Amino acid sequence: MYHVRKVPHDRESADMKRYSAFAIVREALRNHRGWERAWISPEPRERYDVVVIGAGGHGLATAYYLGRNHGVKNVAVIEKGWLGGGNTGRNTTIIRSNYLQDPSAAIYEKARSLYEGLSQELNYNLMFSPRGVLMLAQTEHEVRGYRRTAYANALQGVKTEFIGPERVKQIVPIIETGGPRYPVLGALWQARGGTARHDAVAWGYARACSDMGMHILQKTEVTGITQKGGKVTGVRTTRGDIGCGKLAIVVAGHSGRLAEMAGFRLPIESVALQAMVSEPIKPAMDVVVMANTVHGYMSQSDKGEMVIGGGADGFNNYTQRGSFHHIEETVRALIETFPMLSRLKMLRQWGGIVDMTGDRSPIISKTPLENCFINGGWGTGGFKSIPGSGWAMAELVARGEPGPLAAAFGLERFREGRFIDESVAAGVAH
Amino acid sequence: MLILTCPCCGIEADETELEPGGEAHLKRQGPGAADADFEAYLFQRSNPMGVHLERWRHAHGCGKWFLAARNTVTLEVYGTYPAQTKKPPQDIVRAIKKRVPGWEWQG
Repeated sequence: MYHVRKVPHDRESADMKRYSAFAIVREALRNHRGWERAWISPEPRERYDVVVIGAGGHGLATAYYLGRNHGVKNVAVIEKGWLGGGNTGRNTTIIRSNYLQDPSAAIYEKARSLYEGLSQELNYNLMFSPRGVLMLAQTEHEVRGYRRTAYANALQGVKTEFIGPERVKQIVPIIETGGPRYPVLGALWQARGGTARHDAVAWGYARACSDMGMHILQKTEVTGITQKGGKVTGVRTTRGDIGCGKLAIVVAGHSGRLAEMAGFRLPIESVALQAMVSEPIKPAMDVVVMANTVHGYMSQSDKGEMVIGGGADGFNNYTQRGSFHHIEETVRALIETFPMLSRLKMLRQWGGIVDMTGDRSPIISKTPLENCFINGGWGTGGFKSIPGSGWAMAELVARGEPGPLAAAFGLERFREGRFIDESVAAGVAH
Repeated sequence: MLILTCPCCGIEADETELEPGGEAHLKRQGPGAADADFEAYLFQRSNPMGVHLERWRHAHGCGKWFLAARNTVTLEVYGTYPAQTKKPPQDIVRAIKKRVPGWEWQG
């Protein structure tokens, strides 16, 4: 719900006042009347150099790096709902880069390293917390898999290590390592992984984009894509036609629909992935723990809630709610690994629509339609990749050719058989 | 919870008893097929928001494959039919059209 209220200091122009400790003091002294809107909501122009469809983390990051790295600032980001209201606001906020395949490790590590300085860069507190990520090995197969990943990471320059159950118990005292069904045999430990405030990532990028003079058009749904002679010319929206030089489709679960409008098909299927949070409790766990065998991913938020990610449905689903038995399976297994959870009440449960590709790796690619680019298929690994994805996508859109980060993620890999097979490397989760 | 009737054994099975098998009525490609056709068969999916014809297996029941017409937005099931069907049967198409006027099978 929007409550559009004309506040005395509502912004007409796009220059941004910096947030600082001084600003807090200044505003405290004048009853907080000087805070301005973080981004402007303008009327659409007739034409932009670049139109980005989707104002989630990836779309906004694409726009931001277009301006920051490539000087392209006549940009609109179009969003059918509200900013960051899709998967950006629905994920479990885990950030890590311990992937097996080189192209994945490169882009996720780029994203993770950008997250480290992003709060300062955007002048917006993303609450990035590099608290460490543990990926539990609960079968012999996983032990071998994660050892291999640790070696691969060493070669890729991603700092991870394989640790034994004693070290795991030291890092997470509430864990039960000797469970009969899912014993903890070790873990892949990435000390610089962690979490960040997901909404703030979208808001921070949006504010920075707005500051560069870009337009963020919320509640504007794209209903068609116009083209002439095999080149994209613009989009039809619920607020009229908008022309563009280049078009970037960054819409996660709805990629298929947009691709249909642009006249091509994608190797993507959309399924529901579920998550839930418990009632808030006192600090019990200060790292992120992922249990891929049982699809349970858990961290504790600053409010004290245990944030739990579950598994995905196997069938196509756009409902943003998932099947109950998946939650049951996740919780059942987590209780064995974390016995203290058994007394916790769950507060909320929700689902997000994730776009899964055939090899469980994303698509950052040119399309059959000239000057139209697509970024999607992040599946269950979207949030952690936002800065890296935006960086690589901006490079692709600005130059028309993929840079080193995006090169391996082209659509043609499915035809050529050059898969970036992460479904084996990471179980299913990302 | 999703409940489908298995056309082989006639049992009303809920989704814990079933295994999803993806889009139905894909055109199979074999050796000698063009790369583009093989790619389409292996990877490209219509992934619609709305009516979806799909394969299921009654994994913890009779073990047989069958096909179902289901809505991916409302989870409404329009009916199930045998796997040996090349295109959706008339009664399924009628049931879909009753609920989604204007729907046509893109096979």
